[in-house]
Amino acid sequence: MPKDHGIGASSKRREDIRFLTGRGVYTDDMALHAQAAAVFVRSNVAHGRIGKIDTTKASAMPGVLAIFTGEDFKDVGGNPAGWLINSRDGTPMREPKRPVLAHGKVRHVGDAYAAVIAETVAQAKDAAEQLAEDSVIEELPAIVDMKAAVADASNRVHDEIPDNVCFDWGWIEDNRAAVDAAMKAAPHVVTLNLVNNRLIPNAMEPRASIGEYNPGTGDYKLTTTSQNPHLTRLLVAAFVLGIPENKLTVVAPDVGGGFGSKIYHYGEEALVLAAAKKLGRPVRWTAERSESFLTDAHGRDHVTKIELGCTKDGEILAIRTETLANVGAYLSNFSTATPTFLHGTLMSGPYKVPHVYVNVKTVFTNTAPVDAYRGAGRPEATYSLERVIDQMCRELGLDPFEVRRKNLLTPDQFPYQSPVGLLYDTGNYQATLDKAVQMADVAGFEKRAAESKARGKLRGMGLSTWIEACGIAPSNLVGILGSRVGLFDAATVRVNATGNISVMVGAHSHGQGHETVFAQIVAEKLGIPESSVDIVHGDTSKIPFGMGSYGSRSLAVCGTAMTKAVDKIIAKGKKIAAHMLEAAEGDITFEDGKFSVSGTDKAKTFGEIAFSAYVPHNYPLETLEPGLEETAFYDPANFTYPAGAYICEVEVDEGTGKVEVVAFHCADDFGNVMNPMIVEGQVHGGVGQGIGQALLEFTTYDENGQLLTGSYMDYPMPRAEDVPFYNVDYSCQTPCTHNPLGVKGCGEAGAIGSPPAVVNAVIDALHRGGHTHVKHIDMPVSPSRVWSAING
Amino acid sequence: MHNFDFAKPSTIADAANALAGEGAQALSGGQTLIPTMKQRLAAPGVLVSLTGIAEMQGVCTGDGGLHIGAATSHAVVAKDAHPHYRALAELAGGIGDPAVRSRGTIGGSIANNDPAACYPSAVLASGATVVTNKRRIGSDDYFQGLFTTALEEGEFITSVVFPIPQKAAYVKFNQPASRFALTGVFVAKFANGVRVAVTGAGNDGVFRWKEAEAALSANFSASAISGLTVDPAGMNTDLHGSAAYRANLVKVLTGRAVTAAG
Ligand SMILES: Cc1cc2nc3c(=O)[nH]c(=O)nc-3n(C[C@H](O)[C@H](O)[C@H](O)COP(=O)(O)OP(=O)(O)OC[C@H]3O[C@@H](n4cnc5c(N)ncnc54)[C@H](O)[C@@H]3O)c2cc1C
Repeated sequence: MPKDHGIGASSKRREDIRFLTGRGVYTDDMALHAQAAAVFVRSNVAHGRIGKIDTTKASAMPGVLAIFTGEDFKDVGGNPAGWLINSRDGTPMREPKRPVLAHGKVRHVGDAYAAVIAETVAQAKDAAEQLAEDSVIEELPAIVDMKAAVADASNRVHDEIPDNVCFDWGWIEDNRAAVDAAMKAAPHVVTLNLVNNRLIPNAMEPRASIGEYNPGTGDYKLTTTSQNPHLTRLLVAAFVLGIPENKLTVVAPDVGGGFGSKIYHYGEEALVLAAAKKLGRPVRWTAERSESFLTDAHGRDHVTKIELGCTKDGEILAIRTETLANVGAYLSNFSTATPTFLHGTLMSGPYKVPHVYVNVKTVFTNTAPVDAYRGAGRPEATYSLERVIDQMCRELGLDPFEVRRKNLLTPDQFPYQSPVGLLYDTGNYQATLDKAVQMADVAGFEKRAAESKARGKLRGMGLSTWIEACGIAPSNLVGILGSRVGLFDAATVRVNATGNISVMVGAHSHGQGHETVFAQIVAEKLGIPESSVDIVHGDTSKIPFGMGSYGSRSLAVCGTAMTKAVDKIIAKGKKIAAHMLEAAEGDITFEDGKFSVSGTDKAKTFGEIAFSAYVPHNYPLETLEPGLEETAFYDPANFTYPAGAYICEVEVDEGTGKVEVVAFHCADDFGNVMNPMIVEGQVHGGVGQGIGQALLEFTTYDENGQLLTGSYMDYPMPRAEDVPFYNVDYSCQTPCTHNPLGVKGCGEAGAIGSPPAVVNAVIDALHRGGHTHVKHIDMPVSPSRVWSAING
Repeated sequence: MHNFDFAKPSTIADAANALAGEGAQALSGGQTLIPTMKQRLAAPGVLVSLTGIAEMQGVCTGDGGLHIGAATSHAVVAKDAHPHYRALAELAGGIGDPAVRSRGTIGGSIANNDPAACYPSAVLASGATVVTNKRRIGSDDYFQGLFTTALEEGEFITSVVFPIPQKAAYVKFNQPASRFALTGVFVAKFANGVRVAVTGAGNDGVFRWKEAEAALSANFSASAISGLTVDPAGMNTDLHGSAAYRANLVKVLTGRAVTAAG
């Protein structure tokens, strides 16, 4: 019987009651008294020098309350990069100022250089239109293509950065010569040139922010679409506006998806706060969808050359990559970590590879900033690796399943120190591969391929064995690597007098289901009903200082903090019980919600202990504080290393080039699973996004830096009919060795492991159909690209 | 969106009067016009809704074939045209999504003449007649290039009359983002010959593929066009497909449409 309660049960997502009945409260749902509206004036050229901005006419228009330009913020701080990365030669990265509003130059289409505050959105828009007309922007040549940006020093995104390069990073630089030598000595070398396509996040809820200021107290409040309210508070307060942290509350209420794009602090948040202060009124901005396309931090955008040295029978000897990574016009908060420490450190995958070297040059262009997007760096690494391994198999006539089996780490090799700096704690990659092979009925493939052929379709099968590092991150380690923040998390467990519980967590749920899963864990540990536990998140005035949700960290990091806080509650409960039961503390055991004296039938329920803590009539007041509330901070000892094997089957229509994913099998190892239904949902969503990247999504700027895929008319999002019924398994479990729940992250897995499985399947189908000249097709493997590859 | 006035006449005559006014523009399902206004790319002073005119609603058979009121939604055509002209009903049922189909109308679609819209191919392949408040226009004269039609200032479509073919099918290949037709081919076989109309592909909007019509009129089977080629020179190139790709689709989809028509 599957459990129906507590850890391991598929408890229904309690948050869905409000989400599915329209009772969620998102930032744009809040109508505050005397609220004014902000509208941004955005550049319609990719690169330009800002001349005179004449506010005379716009200021006089109906309803206009204030106008801001870059001048107003020239003396406050910039929005900083969260990681300082050094170049191979030891020089620090170039970090241009990212102002609240563009000043001097505009650097991408959509770059805001002014803002209008008015009584209504319509009035603000009218004035913004006028202001755009009255602004002189001298257009400069746009820098769009990364190779051209690096090659042509005469044209600069930032005047002070001569070659448009932020840094040139080598990982691990000291190993470079040894890797070069190993590559030279390898009996066979496979080379692939790959583009990891730029993606636009497209969270369902566009970004929105409300600024408030109370002149009576000097307190500010920012309500905003954030994945991490404390991080946003730190950035706005300490770096940008110089508000004391204790004077700023940041609230991230219900948030409709983020996928990374809402980790970062954006200038609009600072602007609404400054405007609220100036006007003494709440000021709200809500992005329109076209603003989301133009200004949300985009994802991926790598151009990579990967080389793999191997023996003729497919043993991998060395891997070397050279990547250009686009950071766009400004450094978004995680943009320097994503292509480096979240990417280069994964370049040996789940394999035993003696020599690995990764080189990444990050390049400024006149495009929207690029940053972490679901998977962040790991999808790029996994894609490069799994594609080049398939190419090796093709060149050497080897079986992709056997080659992976041959190179995978074996269970006896853990803990495993990878050549790119990670210490894998545990795993069983053979088990997930075996499971996937069984789930996918690999043996029956030829028969299915014959059936497809009878229907005029080419069928192909693609495999990807992936690993990732998530649950970020040990603060001391990331500190050495350049992070400017810690990556611990925190939770407060407050037992109320009547025994029910409020848990304040630093993680932030923007769709994941924390309110359900976290409650399951607390309920299980305390032996009480899930309905007695509520999870509070997203408000810096209520929760302890935590770092929010991204990098599949919520459960592994914040969940651990919460577990530790619960342990403290139990420990204190034992003390109270010992007093009440007149026994020694060491004789008290806690099980199924009861504190008992070992070997007797004397016991107190959890509720009785809670009551006694708040009505301490019979209580050891001399030695113990009343109340039952504990906080724990937890800094992870290591990343967690989920891994798995994905098998994709596609059918290709040769006439039109259209690819259909007809089956997708996922055998994942997430360690212990707290709520199987939610884990499956996370995998479904992740694989859906991966299929989106593999088959559909792309971002195109023309040579003038105009975004051509700036709406759903041209940006193809995956829909229900583009994805198959997924076959998901998480029964292979090697629990994480360094957190008490034994959990690994599952939020990004699908998006990391799936794109290469899809592309490998397409290439397999084409080869089976006789199109053996097709070595590679860049993502998205769209109908026109497939058709061109076949006929090219 | 800028402010505008709104009129909802209940007769064709009243609508004609309203549309003769300064800055007036017809509004049907609003699926194209409203988004354009929201983006501030259009700012009509007066919107004249055509959806309250009883004569412009619904599907019925009559002189010359199937009469469809210009303000009839795609959803209604998908349902009510089905017993009479299945290929046309299926085309309507494949437009956009349920929300778009319950608002968008055949008149709006044909008046707009988006080069990737579905209906123009049905109108042209069927040799339909576009009926306006002023006259009747044959399909071969009606479509005049991208977003361009024979409609004059103040003229509006009141209905479309479709001759019903012996066999017909529409095969649409979706543009992956908008799911309009990257290329769509409507094949209609009448007693006196076959008409093939292509949408989504041509540089100049919907067009008839006359070589295929001739070949199929002689032999209505997919193999009849196997020797033909489509010249990419007249085809459109965009983010989602080159001219050569579209030229290929025209041929592939025409073959499939013939097979589907049976
Ligand atoms: C998400 C989405 C997906 C879509 N997918 C498809 C698709 O797959 N295939 C497809 O073919 N279409 C598609 N459409 C278009 C849709 O089908 C509508 O048909 C189209 O938008 C126009 O019809 P409407 O009734 O909404 O016209 P409106 O938006 O009301 O009007 C469009 C234009 O026609 C004028 N007009 C309207 N009625 C008349 C009339 N009777 N006489 C003269 N002028 C008139 C208006 O003044 C305006 O200029 C899609 C639209 C959306 C929003």
